[in-house]
Amino acid sequence: MSDWRPSASIEQLKRRAELLAQARAFFAGRDVIEVQTPVIAKDSVTEPDVQSIEVPGYGYLQTSPEYQMKRLLAAGMPSCYQLGPAFRHGEQGRLHNPEFTMLEWYRLGFDHNQLMCEVADLVDTLLGPKPYQRLTYEDVVGKSEGRPRDALDLAFAEACERLTPGRFFITDYPADQAALARINPDRQTAARFELVIDGIEIANGYWELLDADEHRQRFKTDKEIRRQRGLPEMAVDEVFLAALEHGLPECAGVAMGFDRLVMLGVGAKALSDVTAFRGS
Amino acid sequence: MATYSTNEFRSGMKVMLDGDPCNILENEFVKPGKGQAFNRVKMRNLKNGRVWERTFKSGESIEAADVIDLDMEYLYTDGEFWHFMKTDDSYEQVAADQSAVADSENWLKEQEVYQVTLWNDDPIAVTPPNFVELEVTDTDPGLKGDTANGGTKPATLSTGATIKGVPLFINIGDVLKVDTRTGEYVSRAKT
Repeated sequence: MSDWRPSASIEQLKRRAELLAQARAFFAGRDVIEVQTPVIAKDSVTEPDVQSIEVPGYGYLQTSPEYQMKRLLAAGMPSCYQLGPAFRHGEQGRLHNPEFTMLEWYRLGFDHNQLMCEVADLVDTLLGPKPYQRLTYEDVVGKSEGRPRDALDLAFAEACERLTPGRFFITDYPADQAALARINPDRQTAARFELVIDGIEIANGYWELLDADEHRQRFKTDKEIRRQRGLPEMAVDEVFLAALEHGLPECAGVAMGFDRLVMLGVGAKALSDVTAFRGS
Repeated sequence: MATYSTNEFRSGMKVMLDGDPCNILENEFVKPGKGQAFNRVKMRNLKNGRVWERTFKSGESIEAADVIDLDMEYLYTDGEFWHFMKTDDSYEQVAADQSAVADSENWLKEQEVYQVTLWNDDPIAVTPPNFVELEVTDTDPGLKGDTANGGTKPATLSTGATIKGVPLFINIGDVLKVDTRTGEYVSRAKT
């Protein structure tokens, strides 16, 4: 007989509903507007380590609402958040699911330090207050120069797992791991941060890069890495670049894995314990 | 030869690692949000029983191992090999060496059925049932009437194995039920 029952208990799903409501109330109290952008779009990200799920004839399921939310910001939308599904091809495990719930928000006029404070406020609201420690990327894995990127990624992942228990903000990522964060004045590090709670990566945020040409340059580098690794070719999202050329306001943004946060909130060990059904 | 990619890895899958057949126990997907993906895999080396942990880049492939577990009847030993026969009426036999039999030697009784693990048709491991019944060949004389409490003593079984924790009332010639996983006395077998 097929197993039709939910992978989470009804009790945990009720708790999840409470956390969703609390998160929305948190943003309502700070005048951060909820927005909804399409889950399917013509283009997706060029990032070599994030794979998109193609929807033939339509485009791609979005790996995050980042580009579309930034288009809203460029068009005059004030600080806003989105709480909805995001999709990543091939990510499956205790802490991964190809479809997951992402909470992403952008704050006009904030830098990454101000945004980290707000991330901590939200987590305190949802999980209860606890102290936060701040570490640099170098504190976590040591010097990154000259080390191959794959070895560094594994060392970082394993070092984060050992940051347990507790809440840690990791800052000052190497400039070549800036993603879409701006580069710090030292030219070596990026204004990017991550939140790790009890060894689990929860959020990733930037003081957002604004320069359209710099974006184009980074996408070109992504595409070159994709080509070298034999990964599917991804077109650059020209619509997103057009919005950047029009002008993205000064802002900081962050994406949070909401399912993982719920998992920590209810003391579960796997994502499937807090999602209605296990991913396929 | 068939290969398995990391995203096909499941527990119970038999693969080759460093030239030895292994059984996958756990497969954990590890990936920083913006970083490369890895699979951290725990596997048991089927030749020596050791558990290995190995990290692969996601998408890497490794060779499948041609490993099967068969129920086979133990026949006899010639001192160098232990001979087993298939239970499918084919009368086909295999000879397992010391490294395959290993500690299971303690529990081998003729005409009993054991699980024999074959790699490329060669036996590499022998697993006894959880419980076997074996006759006591040597132990201190039994104490009459001491059936309830009191101490225990060691006893030597027909296979040559010595087990501990045997009650004092047990005599030479008694048949004991033994837990092969712990090597401990369970009860006196009903005769």
